[in-house]
Amino acid sequence: MAVAGEWFLPQWRSWDTSYREDRKVLSPTTNRPRSLVDISFHYCPGCGHGIIHRLVAEVIDELGIQGQTIGVASVGCSVHTLSYFDLDMQQAAHGRAPAVATGIKRVLPKQIVFTYQGDGDLGAIGIGEMFHATARGEKITVIYVNNAVYGMTGGQMAPTTLIGQATSTTPDGRLPDRDGFPIKVAELVSMIDGSAFVARTSVHNPVNVARTKKAIRMAFQAQMNRLGLGLVEVLSPCPTNWHLSPSEAMKWIENVMIKSFPLGIMKSLER
Amino acid sequence: MTAKRRLLKGTDAFGEGAVTAGCQLFCGYPITPQSELTHYLATRLPQVGGIYLQSESETAAINMVYGAAGAGARVLTASSGPGISLMSEGLSYLAGAELPAVIINIMRGGPGLGNTRPSQSDYWQATKGGGHGDYRLITLAPWSVQENFDFTILAFELADKYRNPVMILADGILAQMMETVEVLEISRLNQTPFDKPWATTGTMGRRPKNIISSLHLPPEELEAHNQKLLNKYLAIEDCEARAECYGISEAEIVVVAFGIAARIATAAIALGSERGLKIGLFRPQTLWPFPARQLQEAVKHAKRILVLELNTGQMVYDVRYALGSSKAVDFYGRCGGMVFTPMEILGYILSGGSQGAVAYN
Ligand code: SF4
Repeated sequence: MAVAGEWFLPQWRSWDTSYREDRKVLSPTTNRPRSLVDISFHYCPGCGHGIIHRLVAEVIDELGIQGQTIGVASVGCSVHTLSYFDLDMQQAAHGRAPAVATGIKRVLPKQIVFTYQGDGDLGAIGIGEMFHATARGEKITVIYVNNAVYGMTGGQMAPTTLIGQATSTTPDGRLPDRDGFPIKVAELVSMIDGSAFVARTSVHNPVNVARTKKAIRMAFQAQMNRLGLGLVEVLSPCPTNWHLSPSEAMKWIENVMIKSFPLGIMKSLER
Repeated sequence: MTAKRRLLKGTDAFGEGAVTAGCQLFCGYPITPQSELTHYLATRLPQVGGIYLQSESETAAINMVYGAAGAGARVLTASSGPGISLMSEGLSYLAGAELPAVIINIMRGGPGLGNTRPSQSDYWQATKGGGHGDYRLITLAPWSVQENFDFTILAFELADKYRNPVMILADGILAQMMETVEVLEISRLNQTPFDKPWATTGTMGRRPKNIISSLHLPPEELEAHNQKLLNKYLAIEDCEARAECYGISEAEIVVVAFGIAARIATAAIALGSERGLKIGLFRPQTLWPFPARQLQEAVKHAKRILVLELNTGQMVYDVRYALGSSKAVDFYGRCGGMVFTPMEILGYILSGGSQGAVAYN
């Protein structure tokens, strides 16, 4: 009897045997990772998405899994993710990326599947899909970008908006009595059996960019080792909706945001 | 390919049809009266190398379908009205991204929680959208356990052929009743995957990347995409409208009904024929595309047309649209889980009907 899903495999077997990536660098001037398409991002100046895209692409390149990886884009500022990665990509409905990724991974169990989601997408409308994909122990990787607002729709209060933070729908700051409290996704996901690697990192300075890349790599490795779901919550600047300059936005992460969203590895089954 | 006769329950016939068609993944959420189908597939699919996956909601189920269909798999989900409402978002995305998938709706009475009794009140939801945007859902309406089996296979074929979601619209009676079924002994499960060069399976360094998406931000691009979809829908209307006629050539009265209502109508027609009435039945097997041309042909010589539905009058609008003002179209329906009896239908016919008005009970 066939093992569930095993039969639906193309000719090649798995990421660690036959398939080998050509690792050559494509552009000597930009050192662009192979897994990124050679077009410029549409993001605002100082936005964190571009950095995080690049980190994900570099990790995919270094793991040699570009041809085996399927990405799932979500809804929000990062909706164009599907154009930027030079990978097979699917566009999910708002919040549904973990369910879409589940469908892909279940029929292509040896491919590498990741979602790229913002905090409005994952933390609000898609929190159910996120928790249940974790609880099922789906072997997928979730890149979760937390910038404490809804970016694309105009800086409204998000599930991650800090207490006291002014947004377009909390002009006098988020009040717990009226607006409730921010949701700490990384902590919650780490508490669910089925998650294998969970970390919160930031991209506000070079040290933390390097740590973010390391965490993304570990989350992908948790998938490749079939340990369970890996999630990296990345604190990311949104200068436009924070009404700060790019450098002020970086400082705000360091001085304010990290206090509400402490950095670190919450769970690592390999540790 | 060999055929075998088996006594099957309606839900199991859907499941066996899916297995025969090479369905690789079922994802769904329990709801009465669909639940027995999940029981069957949870046992049966793993036996043939497929996957049964229980989702946390219908919303998640249809999005799992989206992911797996986009990855090139044959994939099925099933629910009942309230669950289909939750799936409507995903149906729109499937249609927009042109992904093949099969959705079985074992209808119950509505609106809201309604009840779990037989009903045909989701006709509009299936054929007139449900989800947002300009799209069409191929909708098949079986009337027997045999057709549950056959139409499930047909649904997978049509879905792949047109890269479009296909819905099978049944009801609690069709799900629960048992009949002998001629079952084909084929399964494509262990054969080569279906050729879907557009699927996101990983480029393996051999081809440019594939994108599964319904996002078209430039208006010109979205209009062109909608036009492309429309051309596909017109081709489906041309080629795939299906219907069956019974005793039409002599008929003065033509009953139009689908699914279990048509099944009940045949008993009423038999009773009427015994009393010398010339009654025929026109039964749409596809609800979208609606078999308008076949209907126009079938009612050419009819004096009276009676639409029978287990709702307050939904398909009757398509019948009237197909026939224009050429014929008066009468309607008789029961709803809320109430089912008309053959004698009740005959009584209505003999009473002269409502002369073209939408009459309800
Ligand atoms: S609105 Fe914010 S998150 Fe969106 S692109 Fe601009 S800076 Fe980035």
